[in-house]
Amino acid sequence: MGLVGLALGGYLTPISRILINPIVSAQSWLAKRYQAVQSLITQPEDVTSLRQKNAQLEADNSRMQVQIIELQQQVAEAQLLSTLVDYERRHVENQYIAAAVIARDISPFMHYVIIDRGSDDGLRRGMPVITQQGLVGNIAAVTAGAARVELINDPGSSINVILQQSGVEAVLNGQITGEIGLDMIPQNATVQPGDLVMTSGLGGNYPANLVIGQVVTVRSDAFALFQSASVQPAVDFSQLEIVLIITNFQPVDISPLIPAPGTP
Amino acid sequence: MINLIGLILFGILAILQSTIVSRMPLLNGTADLILLFIVAWALQDRVESAWQWCLIGGIFASLYSGLPFGLFVIAYLIATGISRLLKRRVWKAPFLAMLAATFTGTIIIQLISLVARLITGVNIPLLSALNLILLPGLLLNLILAIPVFSIMHDMAAWLYPEELEA
Repeated sequence: MGLVGLALGGYLTPISRILINPIVSAQSWLAKRYQAVQSLITQPEDVTSLRQKNAQLEADNSRMQVQIIELQQQVAEAQLLSTLVDYERRHVENQYIAAAVIARDISPFMHYVIIDRGSDDGLRRGMPVITQQGLVGNIAAVTAGAARVELINDPGSSINVILQQSGVEAVLNGQITGEIGLDMIPQNATVQPGDLVMTSGLGGNYPANLVIGQVVTVRSDAFALFQSASVQPAVDFSQLEIVLIITNFQPVDISPLIPAPGTP
Repeated sequence: MINLIGLILFGILAILQSTIVSRMPLLNGTADLILLFIVAWALQDRVESAWQWCLIGGIFASLYSGLPFGLFVIAYLIATGISRLLKRRVWKAPFLAMLAATFTGTIIIQLISLVARLITGVNIPLLSALNLILLPGLLLNLILAIPVFSIMHDMAAWLYPEELEA
């Protein structure tokens, strides 16, 4: 009764603390050692299961990465298509067909690409090909399911152009290096770097006012008949993926109207 | 059977050439996989289908190019002829023959392509064509020549197994 009374009165607490503390310490020491021994015994099983989980997670991770890449490609394609649709809406005067660039000419002397639309889709020879940035070229040959596009930087390409700021007319030629340059600029014309180069529509091969690029440098020789200039194309021809073909433009063949040399 | 394999092989090569190889130029020159495989095949011993494969490769190349149709066939036929000639002359050193055939074949094809463009009225500066297309293309072809020869050597051993004497 006396002990109970002392315990209820709290007088035994220091004594019980002195007794219990070593027991608790010993208990926790023993428990930790037991857990360590237990984990040592069961470790191989855990490692195997962890390895399996790790392999599964790595497989999941690689699958997710592939999905991310695919989705990024889809987003990029969707953005490209979106800009093309925007361009189409802003230029309602023309009718367009979109096509993917599927191949390039295997000869380094030819700057041509092959697209996945052909005569079955209404494409015809001579139709202009553009992107939202500007003029790409025109269709040089068509099959039922594909078409070959001559790029404006092909050495055989020659386009009548006009400089937007000065109104000067010139001829844009492709070069073997893949660059484009202006020729036949009159000596008295004032051409500045940064001038916007657009199709003039002369010659009937292209509609007017399609953006081609900007003048970079102008070369003027006092003894030459014309000035020349190099042009930075608006389109990156090495990154062509999707293009638009203007289907309601029919090129005009004016060659019969050009007098042959020697005819009166 | 062998021509069917050639058809499949050159179909794949033409696709690779137009989609991947033509997008990896050195300056403006590119490797010519079809030429390399035709030349390597023509240099193999016991191979009897060199001319047929040359025709198949030439037709595929012509389909993928804006150059006049048949031009690649003619160029590859000349390259095959030179390769067969080299095979007889330099038979003890096949790798050397491969390099020589690649060198001459590349120059022939590039020159024929250049002449074809000049004839069609396209103005191409000869020095630029030499520096930017012919020489880089030649270098790429020479780099790829030996690996391609090894591949075709294995293929020839598979398609034309050596007959064991009884």
